[in-house]
Amino acid sequence: MTAVGQSVLRKEDAKLLTGQGTYVDNLHPAGTVFVSIVRSPYAHARINGIDVSAAAAADGVVGVYTGADLESLWSGGLPCFWPVSDDIKLVKHLPLATDRARYAGDGVAVVVAETRVAAKDAAELVQVDYEPIPSVTDVEAAVADGAPLVHDDAPGNQAYTWELVTGDVDKVFADAAVTVKERYRQQRLIPTAMEPRGVLCEVNAAGDVTVITSTQGPHIMRTAYTLVLGIPEAKIRVIAPDVGGGFGSKLDVYAEDMIVIGLARKLGRPVKWTEERSEANVATIHGRDVIQEIELAATAEGKITGVRTRLRAAMGAYLQAVTPGVPLLGAWLYAGCYDVQAYDFHCTGVFTNTTPTDAYRGAGRPEATYAIERAIGALARQVGKSAVEIRRLNFIDSFPADIASGLQIDSGDYHAALDKGLEVLGYDAVLAEQADRRAANDRKQLGIGFSTYVEMCGLAPSRILGALRYGAGGWESLSVRVLPTGTVQVMSGTTPHGQGHATTFSQIVADRLGVEVSDVEFLSGDTAVVPTGMDTYGSRSLPVGGVALYHASEKVVAKAREIAAHQLEVAADDLDYEAGRFSVKGSPDKGMHVKEAAYVAWTAHNLPDGMEPGLEATYVYDPPNFSWPSGCHIAVVEVDTETGDVQLARYVAVDDIGNVINPMIVDGQVHGGIAQGVAQALWEEAVYDEDGNLLTGSLLNYLVPSAAELPSYELDRTVTPSPTNPLGVKGVGETGTIASTPAVVNAVLDALEPFGVTDIDMPTSPERVWRAIQEAKR
Amino acid sequence: MKQIAVTVNGTRHEAEVEPRQLLVYFLREQLRLTGTNVGCDTSSCGSCTVLLDGESVKSCTLLAVQADGHEVTTIEGLADGDTYHPMQQAFHEHHALQCGFCTPGMVLAAVSYLKENPKPTEAEVRLALEGNLCRCTGYHNIVKAILAASGAEA
Ligand code: FES
Ligand code: FES
Repeated sequence: MTAVGQSVLRKEDAKLLTGQGTYVDNLHPAGTVFVSIVRSPYAHARINGIDVSAAAAADGVVGVYTGADLESLWSGGLPCFWPVSDDIKLVKHLPLATDRARYAGDGVAVVVAETRVAAKDAAELVQVDYEPIPSVTDVEAAVADGAPLVHDDAPGNQAYTWELVTGDVDKVFADAAVTVKERYRQQRLIPTAMEPRGVLCEVNAAGDVTVITSTQGPHIMRTAYTLVLGIPEAKIRVIAPDVGGGFGSKLDVYAEDMIVIGLARKLGRPVKWTEERSEANVATIHGRDVIQEIELAATAEGKITGVRTRLRAAMGAYLQAVTPGVPLLGAWLYAGCYDVQAYDFHCTGVFTNTTPTDAYRGAGRPEATYAIERAIGALARQVGKSAVEIRRLNFIDSFPADIASGLQIDSGDYHAALDKGLEVLGYDAVLAEQADRRAANDRKQLGIGFSTYVEMCGLAPSRILGALRYGAGGWESLSVRVLPTGTVQVMSGTTPHGQGHATTFSQIVADRLGVEVSDVEFLSGDTAVVPTGMDTYGSRSLPVGGVALYHASEKVVAKAREIAAHQLEVAADDLDYEAGRFSVKGSPDKGMHVKEAAYVAWTAHNLPDGMEPGLEATYVYDPPNFSWPSGCHIAVVEVDTETGDVQLARYVAVDDIGNVINPMIVDGQVHGGIAQGVAQALWEEAVYDEDGNLLTGSLLNYLVPSAAELPSYELDRTVTPSPTNPLGVKGVGETGTIASTPAVVNAVLDALEPFGVTDIDMPTSPERVWRAIQEAKR
Repeated sequence: MKQIAVTVNGTRHEAEVEPRQLLVYFLREQLRLTGTNVGCDTSSCGSCTVLLDGESVKSCTLLAVQADGHEVTTIEGLADGDTYHPMQQAFHEHHALQCGFCTPGMVLAAVSYLKENPKPTEAEVRLALEGNLCRCTGYHNIVKAILAASGAEA
C-alpha cells in the first residue's frame, strides 16, 4: 500500500500530547536573564526623556536601556523586504523608538532582570516623559487633508501607490449595460496564535550566536539578524523549536529578537523574552485593515466584462517584513474565478498610528475574494439572477486559463465544485426551508451564502517575485539522506508550526524509496541542521517544499539505480524499480533494495568509477507557476431578526487542492482556516478609540471564537491535479480562511433579503445586524 | 515566602513560594513542568488547564498557595507510563491537535468534563469547551475526539 493518499496519524503528536513540547518559553538555560519591554501607552508622542534610575535600582535588575542606549547595536532599522514601488517611503523603524513613539505599544526602553517577575516589576518603574501629539488610526482619516503625519517624510501618510491595469477598462465600463459599485471594509484583525511569541539567545565565548525563536522563518531570520545587527551570518544559528501556531504573525522580523540578541551579546548571558497576550495584541503584527471599492461592468444578463478596484490599505506605523506587499498578494484575484476582459487594480498604502499590519493567514487573497464574492452578489441582485446562476454564467471553464490580470491558472473545475457543494448541502431542501420561514415571517430567518473562490499560493516562481520587487526567492530546498542501515533523514528548508510536515513529508519519501513512514526522520527548524531554506508561509510547504522533496528522492533513486546496476552487473536501464527495490528485467529474483544500496554507498568498497560515496541528494525547486486551489464554500446562517444574533448553522466546504497526500491533515487545515475566516465575518475586530488606544487589547475583548460558537464542518473535495508539478498538488493552508468570510457574510445578507438589506460591515455583530434591519425598515 | 506542599502527578513537592505566585508559574518555573502552557493574561484561553483533585481548573487563576495540600495533575502525569490516557489516544486518532499549544489544556478539560458528563451530546461538548481556545483546528476534530472518547458515535 502506498503511503501517499492515506490519513497516516501524525508522528508529531506524541511529544505534544504528553507535555514535552519545546516552545521557546519552556527552555531555560542556566543563568538566563529576562527581558521586559516598556511600551508607549500613547498612539503618538514625542519622547522628551526617560528616567531609568528607579528601575535600575530595583531588586534583581541587571540593566535598563533606552533606545538611545542600544542604538549602536543595530545598523539601521528593521527591514522591509518588499519595497513594492518607486514611490515607496521606506521609513526608519528602530527596534526601540528614540524620538517619537508612533503607536500604542511601540517599545521605548527595556529592562533586564534575574527573573521574569523582577523584569516586569521594574519596567513599571521606568519614567518616560511623553509629550502626546495628534494621532490618526483610521485609514481614511489618515489620507484626509491636514491629518497628523505618522512620519514627517511621508506626506499625506502615503506609503506607496501601486497599480495593475490590463485591457481597455474605460471602454468596457462605458459599454456596460450594467455596473455595480460597492464599498467594503476589511476590519483590522489580530492573528492570535495561541502561543505568544518568545525569543531566547545565547552567545558563546567565540561569539557564536544561537537564537531560539518562535518563528515561521528561521532562515529568513538568520539573514535579517545579519542585516540589522551586523553579525556575520555564518556565526548565527537560528532554531525554531515547537512553535504554537503562526498564521503569518510569526514570519515577521521583530524588534524583540534584535533586542534580545543585542543584549545577549552585550551582557554575555542567555537572554529571554516571552510575550504576554495583552502585549501580543499590540506588539505582534495585525492583519487586514483595508477599505475596498470594487466596480463591476457587465452585460444585461450579468456576464462580467470588467473589474475595477481601489484599495486603501493600512500599513500601521511602520513597514514590517512584507507589509506593503500584502495587498499585492490579492491584486490578481479581484475577478475571482470569473472570466473578464478588462482589469484595473489600484492600491494606496497608508501609514496610521497603529500596530503595523502584515501577512495574516491568506494575506491579500481573503480581501480580494471577499470583494469579488460580495460584488457578484450585488450584481446578481441587479440582474435578477440567483447566486448560483450568476456564478455559472461567469465561471472560467477552460484550463490552463490566462486571466485578465495577467497570470495563468494551472487547473480547476469550478462547475464541478459548485455541483458538489450544492449536493452536500442538499440545496433544494435548504431553499425550501428558507422559503417556509420567509412565508411564515419567522423570527429566525435562514440565509444561504456562497463563495466560489480561486486563490494563488506557493508564492513562486522566483522570477515573478523579482519582477514584483519581492526581496527573496520562491524556491525551497529539501535533502534526503539514506543512512547506512536504511533509515532515512529528510532535511527540510520549510519548517512547521502545526501543519504536520513530519508526517506528510515522510509519506512522500516512504513511497519514493520503498521504506516505512516510521523509517523516515524529519529534520527542520535549525539552521545548523538544515542550512538552506525559504521557510513557511503562503501555503508553500507542500507545493514547493514537498515537490522539492519528490525531486530529491528521485535523485536518490537514480543514484541507487547506478549502484544497484553496478552490483548486479547489468545496465542501469535493465532494472525495474518498484517500492524501493530494483530488479533485473526478466529475472525479478535478482535485485537490490535502496536500503542495501545505501550500505554499499557508505562502505564505498565497490562503487562505479568516479561515483561519490554516500546516498543522499538535495533538490532546490523553483516552481514554474503559483498553485491555484479553488472550490465552493457554502454557509447557512440563522439570523434572529429581533436581536440581530447570527448563528452559523451549517458550513459546507468543497475544495480542489489537486492531489492529496494526507486527507486527515488536509481536512484539519481546512477546518482551522474556516474557523478563522468565519471569525472575521462574525466576531473579530481590532478597535482603536479616538486617542489611538487599542480597545481590544486582550482575549476578553478581542473575540476569538470557542467551540461553542462554531458548528462541525461538512467537507468534500474535487480533484484536478496541478499539471505544473509531478505530485499534482496545490497548497491548502489558507483556502479555508480565504473562502469562508464572504460565504458567511453573503449568508447573512441572504437572510436579511426580505428586509431589503443589501450591505453590512464586518463583523456582523448583533448590533450591526439589528441596525441594518431597522434602517432598511425605515 | 510561604511554605506549601502540593502533590503533582503523584509526587509530593514541598516548596517556598511567593504569596502572589500563580500556580501555573509554580508548575512551569519552580517544578519545571512546562507542559502546562500560558496563552493569555486574562484567564480566557484555557491553555493552562490542569486537574486539581481531579477537576479542571485554569492554573493561571489560582495562586500556588491555594494548591497547598491538594493534588494536581498536569499533562505530564496523565498517561499511564507509555500508554496514552484514552483522551490522549482519541486526540491522536482524530487529529485533534496541530501546533499542540492548546492541547494539554484541552485534553485535561475534556478528561474532567467526561467525568462530570460521561455521555455528552456534541452541543454539550462544545459548550463545555467554551473556556478553552484553539486557533488551529477550528475545534471540529477536538469535538470529534471527545465524543469518541465518550464512546459516542462520532
Ligand atoms: S493562561 Fe490561563 S486561561 Fe489563558
Ligand atoms: S492546536 Fe494550535 S492552538 Fe490548538
